[in-house]
Amino acid sequence: MSRNESEVREAGVRRTVWRTVAALVGMFAFAFALVPMYDAFCRLTGINGKVDTTAQAIVNEEVDESRMVTVQFITRNGTGLPWRMEAETRQVRLHPGQTSEIYFTFSNQSGAESWGRAVPSVSPSKATRHVRKTSCFCFEEQQLQAGERIELPLVFQLARDLPPEVHTVTLVYTLYPVEGRHQPLQAEVQTKQGEEA
Amino acid sequence: MAPKVPPQPTLEQSSTAAEAGHGHAHHAPPKGILRWLLTTNHKEIGTLYLIFSLTMFFIGGIFALVVRLELFQPGLQFVRPEFFNQMTTMHGLIMVFAAVMPAFTGLANWMIPLQIGAPDMALPRLNNFSFWLLPVAFCLLLSTLLMPGGGPNFGWTFYAPLSTTYAPPSTTFFILSLHIAGISSILGAINIIATILNMRAPGMRLMDMPLFVWTWLITAFLLIAVMPVLAGVITMMLMDINFGTSFFNAAGGGDPVLFQHLFWFFGHPEVYIMILPAFGIVSAIIPTFSRKRLFGYASMVYAVAAIAILSFVVWGHHMFAVGMPLVGQLFFMYATMLIAVPTGVKVFNWVATMFRGSISFEPPMLFALAFVVQFTIGGFSGLMLAIAPADFQYHDTYFVVAHFHYVLVPGAIFAILAGAYYWLPKWTGHYPNERLSQWHFWLSVIGVNLTFFPMHFSGLAGMPRRIPDYALQFADFNLASSLGAFIFGFSQLLFVALIVLCVRGGKKAPAQAWGDYATDLEWSVPSPAPLHTFETPPTFERPAH
Repeated sequence: MSRNESEVREAGVRRTVWRTVAALVGMFAFAFALVPMYDAFCRLTGINGKVDTTAQAIVNEEVDESRMVTVQFITRNGTGLPWRMEAETRQVRLHPGQTSEIYFTFSNQSGAESWGRAVPSVSPSKATRHVRKTSCFCFEEQQLQAGERIELPLVFQLARDLPPEVHTVTLVYTLYPVEGRHQPLQAEVQTKQGEEA
Repeated sequence: MAPKVPPQPTLEQSSTAAEAGHGHAHHAPPKGILRWLLTTNHKEIGTLYLIFSLTMFFIGGIFALVVRLELFQPGLQFVRPEFFNQMTTMHGLIMVFAAVMPAFTGLANWMIPLQIGAPDMALPRLNNFSFWLLPVAFCLLLSTLLMPGGGPNFGWTFYAPLSTTYAPPSTTFFILSLHIAGISSILGAINIIATILNMRAPGMRLMDMPLFVWTWLITAFLLIAVMPVLAGVITMMLMDINFGTSFFNAAGGGDPVLFQHLFWFFGHPEVYIMILPAFGIVSAIIPTFSRKRLFGYASMVYAVAAIAILSFVVWGHHMFAVGMPLVGQLFFMYATMLIAVPTGVKVFNWVATMFRGSISFEPPMLFALAFVVQFTIGGFSGLMLAIAPADFQYHDTYFVVAHFHYVLVPGAIFAILAGAYYWLPKWTGHYPNERLSQWHFWLSVIGVNLTFFPMHFSGLAGMPRRIPDYALQFADFNLASSLGAFIFGFSQLLFVALIVLCVRGGKKAPAQAWGDYATDLEWSVPSPAPLHTFETPPTFERPAH
């Protein structure tokens, strides 16, 4: 093989290597880009029962009295948070379009204050987008003092366009500890108080 | 282990690629261990890969035998459940990343330059580096077994949060070792693509390449596409464990199901990475021993490409039981079933190649035939698993274990063994011992089927996988599986004996060791292949149609 041919070959190898390296970098970035894409996709479609955690307005629409839907409430405790969480009722039956208010009891069973958060999920996933929450404890983190017990409301409405084949909607709330968040928040409160003083 | 390559020997060896044909004299390679540490020769690196893979095959095999020993009888006899979990996990990880993948890379290193008429791989020093990363990666992985809290125990699929929130402290080492192994595969893939696209003998078009080269080219593209995704996933795990992020932690707004999507987006192409080169090997062996040309060469190439492309859109079939909207289940179910079409084309072409051929049953052909039959069994159970409603019953049972072991053991491993038998005369200059090979083949076939066929039944009856104990009604099936596993495992020692004997002596093999129908370029160089071949590019002659 002549010198010229081997130079052509080397240039070809160099080109191939740069292209594959570019593809590699692209795929590595793509793996991380999949995370926000997945979140956006789930929020748009309601797949995975991922719920919008911002308040929505109640739509005044006529209550559909022709059908009843069972709404069940399940509360679960994630590990590491010494709280109990209970819904005032396990299930309610209501018409689509009807607004309902359910109270949930949170009690801290330990001797120290702690922060927690209830992460919501809806099943079946096709009902996710038809659950409108005006007010929910799951929109924010909660702080409980040692032994404290509070009641917080969930105000929600099932939209009238809930698919007709859905007869039962389950709202699941899982409690998770919020770690290391209370100290900076407390500090902030203290400075504010200090400023006021 | 830093790749500290002294410039002197490497420069000379790698420069042979550029200065071939100038009557360049080769200096003697360094002696002893340094020769292997510093080698940039594709044949020596190929040998290193193959020896490494065989060693790891035995280590992973010992882990499998620990699992089978515990499952020999119901109840807990030999190991604690925690250790059992580490054994199932390590068996899977070692077999996938340290046995099957390096074996194919080793075959690629040895055979691709020979089959396309190149003097060496395109990037010989990178080749050395990508091999020596592997022992580092897997010594690190194996060392986690000795660490406090034990090694990885969350299954080879390392689903979060099992592998993050609830993982043993050694998980960070597991992540590091997988990163190193991943870099090794990526570098190997770059090298293979650069070699195939730029180093072919003058006149050899892409559609003239042997199928082993074609399947490896497509496999290398799959590696380039999905290994970075694996690297991304384990990086996210690393950050979740050590830096307080919440990619897969619901408490912080993450989602454990996201892990499964990302993992299987890598994982499904990964299973094709482990089978496509096997297709290439079998497509070389069956025509040789049927004394016919391969039936449907072009359709074979297109089928492999189709399988590779489809492999990116079927990951959801691993997750039917996780919860998925009906449309998703339907999409993944039909897409998965669609893969049966190109796979069917391949099996049809192999059978059509044998049709009215003058078949002889030398060891490579025996393993290739066993591959076709048993891989098809694994393919059919895969079709059963693809049916979403049926999968709810089969999910996480021994039926799944039976399925993927049928495509990986009598599939990928048998194809590797077939390839080893096929090319041993080229590597060593001697034919493997015929009688011993027959024993190895029959014991392997009987052992493999005795191990994995009963798993279909225990799985359909509901035996869950990855559990060290089981209900009494599964006792007979498990007894058979364990017996088979020990037969298969110990009969592989025959293979080691065979290789040792074959290296030391045996019937001398001519250049065209398997007759006139093995026409690829590797059979035009002497047996054993000299250290340097094709320094002057061969003239490629297209076979007359």
